[in-house]
Amino acid sequence: MRREGSAFNGLGVVMLKELADHLTSIRFVVLELVVMALAVVTVYVAAQDIKNTVAEDPFLFLKFFTTSSGSLPSFLFWLSLFVPVVSIGLAFDSINGEHNRRTLSRILSQPIYRDALLFGKFLGALLTLAVALVVLWLLVIGLGLLFIGIPPGGDEIARAFVFLLVTIVYAGVWLALALLFSILFRSAATAALATLGLWLFFFVIWPVLAGEIAQIVVPPDPRYAALGLQTPGTAILEQVLSRLSPSTLFGEVVVAILDPTTRALGPIYLSQLQGAVLGAPLPLGASVLIAWPQIVGLLATTILLFVIGYVVFQRQEVRA
Amino acid sequence: MSADTVIEADGLTKAYGRKVAVDHISFTVGRGEIFGLLGPNGAGKTTTILMLLGLTDISDGKVNVLGFDPAREPLSVKRRVGYLPDEVGFYEQLTAADNLRYTARLIGFTSMDREKRIAEALDRVGLAEFADNRVGTFSRGMRQRLGLAEILMKGAQIAILDEPTSGLDPHATSELLGIIRRFKAEGVSVLLSSHLLERVQSVCDRVALFSAGRIALIGSVSELGREVLGAGYVVDIEADGAGLADRLALIPGVSRVEQTGIGKLRLHAERDVRPEAAAEVVALHGRLKYLGVQEPSLEAIYTHYFENRPDETLKEGARNAA
Ligand SMILES: Nc1ncnc2c1ncn2[C@@H]1O[C@H](COP(=O)(O)OP(=O)(O)OP(=O)(O)O)[C@@H](O)[C@H]1O
Ligand SMILES: [Mg+2]
Repeated sequence: MRREGSAFNGLGVVMLKELADHLTSIRFVVLELVVMALAVVTVYVAAQDIKNTVAEDPFLFLKFFTTSSGSLPSFLFWLSLFVPVVSIGLAFDSINGEHNRRTLSRILSQPIYRDALLFGKFLGALLTLAVALVVLWLLVIGLGLLFIGIPPGGDEIARAFVFLLVTIVYAGVWLALALLFSILFRSAATAALATLGLWLFFFVIWPVLAGEIAQIVVPPDPRYAALGLQTPGTAILEQVLSRLSPSTLFGEVVVAILDPTTRALGPIYLSQLQGAVLGAPLPLGASVLIAWPQIVGLLATTILLFVIGYVVFQRQEVRA
Repeated sequence: MSADTVIEADGLTKAYGRKVAVDHISFTVGRGEIFGLLGPNGAGKTTTILMLLGLTDISDGKVNVLGFDPAREPLSVKRRVGYLPDEVGFYEQLTAADNLRYTARLIGFTSMDREKRIAEALDRVGLAEFADNRVGTFSRGMRQRLGLAEILMKGAQIAILDEPTSGLDPHATSELLGIIRRFKAEGVSVLLSSHLLERVQSVCDRVALFSAGRIALIGSVSELGREVLGAGYVVDIEADGAGLADRLALIPGVSRVEQTGIGKLRLHAERDVRPEAAAEVVALHGRLKYLGVQEPSLEAIYTHYFENRPDETLKEGARNAA
């Protein structure tokens, strides 16, 4: 059965309303300010470090994102907390909020499809995050210039930009998950806790658990252990398992993009290193290629989560 | 569907799993008519409304709204029909006007058109001075009126109102019913649901009495009264004049005259005998203080109908439980 009209009627209207709501909401503004303050501090500290040590590194600027100093984690670390937390904060009450405010049936009685509401909410939140991340990105680049006084090279800017895009893709995963839970759970508090719980699981517990499971399934070979090496079978399984986590995928992509000397992700085999000059930087295209499966993985996860949410939402009763 | 019919339901059915919420109901609503869906909680009123709007799937039967099928052409239906849900909600942090602006954008009105429509609609429901107040500060009655303003702004041909008066005090209720009457005056058809029989009977042209997912009775209140209660008209009169009671009893069609107080009489008749009764008072040179005809009460019709059909009601209950 063909539906009349466009599924995207009203999409832009919903998206702009969501954007305006988020950008003026206290919880978003506070989080953004906190991260901006952290950015200033970490970049300042990183600048002191960078000045003292490597002066002739051609990828100086990228160090601002990754350098951690003493007890202060890197900007990248703060970002890897900020992105999921804010994504979840923006989307955990998307649909159940409309239900509980009893606005859903009124809005859906206007000439729009449910598609427009759902997609508009997703894009509105993603756009909000993109705005926040662009601001942070510009802040880091600007502060970097200010603190060391050398302008970044074209390749550095290009890498930093790809990093920005990948971060937005990563945000999409958590947005789609929070949106899905806002459809599945009628209570916003339950949805928020479930999403945050899942994120903490992937961020903190899963990397450890992946190693443990790998050791049980493929017990380490004592001959490798005697040499102080990891058994290849165990290592591969651990890697496969840990890549089920979006946080791991994002981490790997970031390593490939921000460290141009990365030649492969995960355990490295001698064959991959043959003919390679260790420590020589790769061109950006090659770095992206290394991380491509991970990037596609993140995109696919986002799409999958969104589609599940879409199907459930289409069939859901509108009444409260 | 005839030109004067705006809603036509034929064998409309909704089943939630094995529970039948709406069971093969058929009715039509005419242009400019106020049609009431009345019945106790859980009778299937809201479910019927959601099917008319294409907001829930239809299990069986056909429905036609303004010539469109809500399941196949939901946008055409929703563009022309305004809906006030049961316990309507708005975005609390936005003002009344901003809430309507959002809806107007979703409908697709241009910005100039939008502002004009919003100002007019708010004015007509008496919310003009609250246009820039946040809805969070609104009372229940104001929210209901804002919901009606949304329908006015939309320029809907049909207004579907689910329990529009629930939770309102008598004053707010009569205000709201006043607005609903004005809908009718402008040619907008109204379909409203309620479980409060006596409040809405005054505005409805026709009603459908729901019971356990089925329409038990359908028609105008006075038709139903005569059909179910078997009663004719009851005319109350307060006047003086010697021998008035005897003379009134002679009016053709009057079956009984009852003394209800000093100078107060009640006539039971098979038709509306108010003109003749007035003429008699005048002929006796008496003074006429009050003359009125009692509408049969829906409450009485409803109770009477279901009391006299206990086995049928029981059967329905059993079928739904099965
Ligand atoms: N999602 C659902 N799943 C199963 N049964 C449902 C569902 N929604 C409604 N029902 C049942 O359908 C029946 C009709 O409900 P409906 O809300 O249409 O009644 P109503 O006449 O509007 O009642 P009220 O006056 O309480 O609003 C009820 O018995 C209700 O329990
Ligand atoms: Mg109801």
